[in-house]
Amino acid sequence: MTATPSEAPHLQPSATQPQAAPSALAVDGLSLSFGGVTALNGVSFTVAVGEIRAVIGPNGAGKSSLLNAVSGLYRPDSGRVWLGGHSFAAVPTDRLAALGVSRTFQNLALFKGLSVLDNVAAGLTHRLRAGVLAQVIGLPTARRERADAYDRAEALLAFLHLEDARDRPVGTLPYGVQKRVELARALVARPRLLLLDEPMAGMTLTEKQELTGCIRVARDDLGATIVLIEHDIGVVMGLSDRIAVLDYGRLIGDGTPEAIRNNQAVIDAYLGVAHDLEAGEGI
Amino acid sequence: MDWSFFTEVLVGGLLSGVMYSLVAIGFVLIYKTSGVLNFAQGALLLFAALTFVSLTERGLPFWAGIALTLAAMTAIGALIERTVLRPLVNQPPITLFMATLGVSYVIEGAAQLLWGTQVHGLDLGIDDLPLEIGGVLISTFDLFAAAVAGAMVAGLTLFFRYTRIGLGFRAVADDPLAALAVGLSLDRIWTAVWTASGVVALVAGLLWGARLGVQFSLSLVVLKALPVLVLGGFDSIAGAIVGGLIVGAVEKLAEVYAGPLVGGGIEGWIAYVAALGFLLIRPAGLFGAKPVERV
Amino acid sequence: MTDLALDKPVPPNAAGPNRTAPTARRGMVRPSPTALGVGLLLAVAFGLLPLVGSEYLFDAILTPFLALALAGLGLNILTGYAGQVSLGSAAFMAVGAYAAFNLSLRLPELPFVVDILLAGLVAAAVGLVFGLPSLRLRGFYLAVSTLAAQFFVQWVFNKVGWFSNNSPSGIVTVPPLSVAGLALDGSVGRYLFGLSVVSVVTLVVWRLVDSPTGRALAALRDHETAARVIGLPVLRLKLLAFAVSSFIIGVAGVLWAFAYLRTVEPAGFNLDRSFQILFIVIIGGLASLRGAFLGAALIVVFPLALARLGETLLGGLFDSGVLEMSQRIVLGLLIIAFLIAEPAGLSALLDRLWHRIAGRLTALCSRLCPRSGSNRSV
Repeated sequence: MTATPSEAPHLQPSATQPQAAPSALAVDGLSLSFGGVTALNGVSFTVAVGEIRAVIGPNGAGKSSLLNAVSGLYRPDSGRVWLGGHSFAAVPTDRLAALGVSRTFQNLALFKGLSVLDNVAAGLTHRLRAGVLAQVIGLPTARRERADAYDRAEALLAFLHLEDARDRPVGTLPYGVQKRVELARALVARPRLLLLDEPMAGMTLTEKQELTGCIRVARDDLGATIVLIEHDIGVVMGLSDRIAVLDYGRLIGDGTPEAIRNNQAVIDAYLGVAHDLEAGEGI
Repeated sequence: MDWSFFTEVLVGGLLSGVMYSLVAIGFVLIYKTSGVLNFAQGALLLFAALTFVSLTERGLPFWAGIALTLAAMTAIGALIERTVLRPLVNQPPITLFMATLGVSYVIEGAAQLLWGTQVHGLDLGIDDLPLEIGGVLISTFDLFAAAVAGAMVAGLTLFFRYTRIGLGFRAVADDPLAALAVGLSLDRIWTAVWTASGVVALVAGLLWGARLGVQFSLSLVVLKALPVLVLGGFDSIAGAIVGGLIVGAVEKLAEVYAGPLVGGGIEGWIAYVAALGFLLIRPAGLFGAKPVERV
Repeated sequence: MTDLALDKPVPPNAAGPNRTAPTARRGMVRPSPTALGVGLLLAVAFGLLPLVGSEYLFDAILTPFLALALAGLGLNILTGYAGQVSLGSAAFMAVGAYAAFNLSLRLPELPFVVDILLAGLVAAAVGLVFGLPSLRLRGFYLAVSTLAAQFFVQWVFNKVGWFSNNSPSGIVTVPPLSVAGLALDGSVGRYLFGLSVVSVVTLVVWRLVDSPTGRALAALRDHETAARVIGLPVLRLKLLAFAVSSFIIGVAGVLWAFAYLRTVEPAGFNLDRSFQILFIVIIGGLASLRGAFLGAALIVVFPLALARLGETLLGGLFDSGVLEMSQRIVLGLLIIAFLIAEPAGLSALLDRLWHRIAGRLTALCSRLCPRSGSNRSV
């Protein structure tokens, strides 16, 4: 992969990495509660570089809270988050993109009034260096970097088969397509760490298979480490390298799909609420 | 510093703050059940006062005037709810707000087209004589207004706590979908809420009308209520009361002590600036809970 | 699928005109129907109208229309594009008007064009200050806080005599308009001056909303959290929106005072004016450049039309009081009707109408000559 100069910071080694093996993400003793309701309770685990890491658990287990804490939308009560060699008590959301982290949301978080192409290209706006004035006047540098961003966005549309929807306002598209647009927006900046919050909710089997392929490619060819919340246990088992299981805000299992399948604590937690596995969270 | 004078100003401010709370409560009732910041509350207040005055001037007895005006207010409330708010259900709150801005224009225009634009005096039979309590001079009218407001808040509280419709109201305020699911009739509850806010508009309109004269500028008291709401939170009746007291006191104290330094007339904006300063420290207001963003 | 070609530049394909921004993105400008329309409009406005228009048309309709359209354009950046509702627009108009008045009074050696720019900058600076709460407040709380600007600014201009050169009545007459030695104090001159300013500002705004920064503003409006997560500088964007919007509204204030009224007084920039500008944006269409013009046209023309209509129908019964009240009612009803039936405003209404006409035309065309009519782009 040839990287353009603007991507160079991605390839630089991180300054200080406390763990023995370099990890893309580590959470250490993360606790979080909302007005007395505990969402996360001392959760610790690591995500190795290049890994596809699934986070599963019954409804309300704290999976989304975990991603929200990692992306700085929630401020943990205690514990730390390690991202790319930096340690945070509260992750600064504004710096996520610069840290090479991007994410999708459980409920779509798209820019409804903008076209598909604009939505995806927005994922690169933080890299643009030209000032407002240069953009308005149309200086060559501003035009060039913009054209470059849109070229990348178009390439990603092609990758996710979104060319037909290119100029449509995103609010007018079907749910499944919007999900893919959001993934495209997250991928366009070539993140080192990609957080996916139920990317396949509400998708058909074919769509799921297609998306599974896309996620693999994102890891294998785009070099993204992936953290994935997903309810479809079949997808999770087939796709992920390691799985973390949350229940009532606690980490009750952590290991390979094989290990998780045989983990008694996980089986106990799930047997009671087995119907939730397919039902989806719906919140 | 002259403390007895200070107390007098403070008490006067608190009492006029009650008048602000009165207007603000009308907002809160609607906001809690339908999530609408009803800018037309001021226009409704004007309409109520103008209708009542015009009816009594035409020889209707006091209570008949009250009853007819209330009926009119309920009808208008239902009309707004059916024709404006219902078609806009599920729209962003700010759209609903702008719609009520349109409603306020319509009501203001209609009220004056119907009853004329001249200023009406309104005499509720309360003399505005200063009363001395513990060495502090207090306006009788202010005391009366405060008592009426207190009675109204007590009445509303009882209504919402102990009647079926009132409980329904609280359920709707909490979770409209759940309320619908357990079979509460939203129609009846909304009608009740609009009636209640009509009552509040009428009471506030009469008190404010007796104070300022019944005229177009009466609808501008809505501008006095907005900082109160910002301070107390849009969805808290207690907040509306406390907010009103604070705004009243700040306004009077600032006017008396800071006003002369800058040339006076600061009551037009001091409440906004105070509310704004407060908001910057506590973005959710006095009583509002910090919302948890669900993503 | 291993070769994604994500790093290879994609050949510039024949990009159809973007819906929100009718322009060829990669510099290859092909005259689109929109460009032709705008060109035609400018030709009529600059070339034809000054020759045939009456004084009444310029003084009572076109010049106030231009000033209000510009104010609508400014508010649209803040409310339509960036999603921050403001109820205090008139305050920034006032700041612009008073700044320009004082600049021309106290620094007469400055050319008036510089006065305008500086007045805009002053309005932008005041806008920045009153935009600060937007960093912490949203929705109603922000809307209410912009009222602070409205009341505070009006109070300052009322209280501080210096701003109105200590005029006892508070009303000041502005110096006659002249640019580069060219006197523009006639009806046509003031109209042409307003038209030039509005044209230039509109061009810049169009470039802005079409730029990545403009898209970022819309992103902020549509989903602030997502905007933050993808690394958009949310706080800076909000302040930028307030500054640019206030700049433009300030310039609109200059036009209002110097080209339209030729006087300045605080009462002219009251809350009703702020609402009027908000209504222009709602009726015209949020996040649409055309919308500001369409909305302003309606707001300026409909009271005049209503007055005529009332006179014809009711005669003497339709006095000024009745007129004022019926204007309020109709305006309120218009707002409600647009919010319910066409939230995207006149702009979208026109779009639909145009599509229908264009559809009819192409259908007709393809029946007459089957080869053409396939290359329709709107």
